[in-house]
Amino acid sequence: MTAAALAPLAGKPRSRWKQPSILPGFPLAMGWTLTYLGLVVVLPLIALVVRPWELGLSVTWSTLTEPRVLAALRLSFGSAFLAALTNVPIGLLVAWTLTRYEFPGRRLIDAFVDLPFALPTAVAGIALTAIYGPNGPLGELFAKIGIKTAYSPVGIYIALLFIGLPFVVRTIQPVLQDLDREVEEAAHTLGATNLQRFWLVVLPAVLPALLSGFSLAFARAVGEYGSVIFIAGNMPMKSEIAPLLIVIKLEQYDYAGAASVGLAMLAISFGGLLAMNGVQLFLARRGRV
Amino acid sequence: MNPSIRLPGIAPLFVALTLAILGVLIVFPLGVVFQQAFSKGFAAYLEPLTQPDALHAIRLTLIVAAISVPLNAVFGVAAAWAVARFEFKGKSLLVTFIDLPFSMSPVVSGLVWVLLFGAQGWFGPWLQEHNVKIIFATSGLVLATVLVTLPFVARELIPLMQDQGADEEAAALTLGAGGFTTFWRVTLPNIKWALLYGVLLCNARAMGEFGAVSVVSGSVRGLTTTLPLHVEVLYNDYEFVGAFAAASILASLGLVTLVIKTFLEWRHSGELSAGRRH
Repeated sequence: MTAAALAPLAGKPRSRWKQPSILPGFPLAMGWTLTYLGLVVVLPLIALVVRPWELGLSVTWSTLTEPRVLAALRLSFGSAFLAALTNVPIGLLVAWTLTRYEFPGRRLIDAFVDLPFALPTAVAGIALTAIYGPNGPLGELFAKIGIKTAYSPVGIYIALLFIGLPFVVRTIQPVLQDLDREVEEAAHTLGATNLQRFWLVVLPAVLPALLSGFSLAFARAVGEYGSVIFIAGNMPMKSEIAPLLIVIKLEQYDYAGAASVGLAMLAISFGGLLAMNGVQLFLARRGRV
Repeated sequence: MNPSIRLPGIAPLFVALTLAILGVLIVFPLGVVFQQAFSKGFAAYLEPLTQPDALHAIRLTLIVAAISVPLNAVFGVAAAWAVARFEFKGKSLLVTFIDLPFSMSPVVSGLVWVLLFGAQGWFGPWLQEHNVKIIFATSGLVLATVLVTLPFVARELIPLMQDQGADEEAAALTLGAGGFTTFWRVTLPNIKWALLYGVLLCNARAMGEFGAVSVVSGSVRGLTTTLPLHVEVLYNDYEFVGAFAAASILASLGLVTLVIKTFLEWRHSGELSAGRRH
C-alpha cells in the first residue's frame, strides 16, 4: 500500500504503528500474544540475562573460565558442529534419494526420517546407549576396531547425529522438489557430466537450504540433553556437556553459575545464528546478481 | 509404486545407502526399545508398568500435557491472527520471540523457572512465605513444558494464514458477519488441519519433554516424575526392563504421532503450511 492510499486514514493517531484493517480482533489477539509471550518467554529470559551478574562481573567471569566449564562448552559446541557438519552430506543424500527416485516403501521411509522429532529424547538416549554400549551390538563392533563409542565424546557425536538428521533432510527436501528439472536437463543437453550437473547446478541451488539445515541441526544439538546424558558417560573435563553442567550447578544451588553457563550458551548460539543469517543474506544477494 | 520405473545409473546405490543410514541411525534404536522391553517376556514387560510409580508418572504426563497443549494452542491461534492478519511495526521481532524457545536448550528452558521461582529465585522467598510450591511441583513441570512447546502451533498457523490471505474473512465481514462469527465459520475451518497438526507436534513434545522438566522436577520418584523422567529413574536404578518398558510407551506415542502426521500430510496437504506439503 502506498502512502497516498493511506493518506485519508492518517488522521487516526492509533494507526501510527499498525496499518488500518477492516478485520477485527487485533487488540485482543495482540494483547493476549504479548501478555503470554511476556510471562512465558520474556520474563524468564530477563532472569537469565540479569542473574549471572548479581554476584559481580568477576564471579561470572571466573565461572565461565573454570577449566571444567570451558571444557564442557568446547565439547558441546564442538561435537554439535561436527555432528551437524556430518549431517549435511548424509541429509543431502537422503533428501536426494527421497525426492528423485521412486522405489517401494519410499513413503514409509520418508515418514521415518521424522522419528528423531517424535521420539522423546530420553528414549533415544537409552536406546542408543543399549546399541553403542560396551555390550551393545554396534558398541562391540566398534570396540573391535579400537573405537570406544558409548561413554566417550564419540557417543555424544552419535546421539547428535541422530537428533540433527531430520532438520537437514526436511530443509533440503522442498528445495530439491521445487528445483527446475529443465535447468538440469539443459545442462545435460549442453554436455555437462553428472558430477558437473551436481556441482554447478544442483549444489548452488540447495546451498542456502543446506546452510539453514546445518544451523538448525547445530542449534538443536548444542542444547541437546536427554539423548546425550545417557550415552555420554558424563566424565568431568572429558564427556560432560554444558547443559549437564547447568544441572549440576543448580543442584549445588549455584544459581548465578548455572545462569552464567546458560547465558553463555544462548549468547554463542545467537551469535552463530546471526553469522549464519549473514552468510545466507550474502548468498541470496549474490544469487540475484 | 510402479515397478516398471527403472532407476537410472547411480540410483540403486543411493537408495541402498539411504536405507542403510536410516536403518542403522534411526530405525535400529526404535527397534531396540521394544526388543529390550520384551527381553524378559511379556509378564516382565507388564509388571513395571503396573507399579504405582509408573501409573503416577503416566497420569502426571497426561495432566501436564492436558494443561500445556491447550494453552499453547490458544496462544498459537491468537499469535497467528495478530501476525498473519495485520501489518504492524516490529512484527519480525515478535516472530523471533515466538521462535526463540526452539533455539534454547531444554535445560535452559527449565533453568529460567528455577531462577524465578526456586528456593533462591527472585520470587522464591515470597512463594515460601505463602506456602506456594512451583519448583519441584506440577506447576513447575507445566511452566517448563509450556515454554519448550510454545512455538509449535504458532509455527504451523502463521505461514498458512499468511498464504491464505484475509480475502475470505474480509468478504464475510463485508456481508455483515460479526468478528466472532467470521473467525468461527471462516477462519477456523480454513486452519483446522494445520491447527491439529501443530497440536499433534506440540503434544508429542509436551509428553516426551525431558531436559526442561528434569531441571524443575527434582525427580522425586512417584511424586514429580513424568514418564520420561520415570524412564531415567528406573534406568539409573539398573531396572533396565522397566526403563525400556516405560520407554516403549513413549516410543509408541511417537509412532502414533508419526502415523497421524503422515496421514495429515498426505490427505490434507493443501491445508497445511507450505513446508509440510509433500
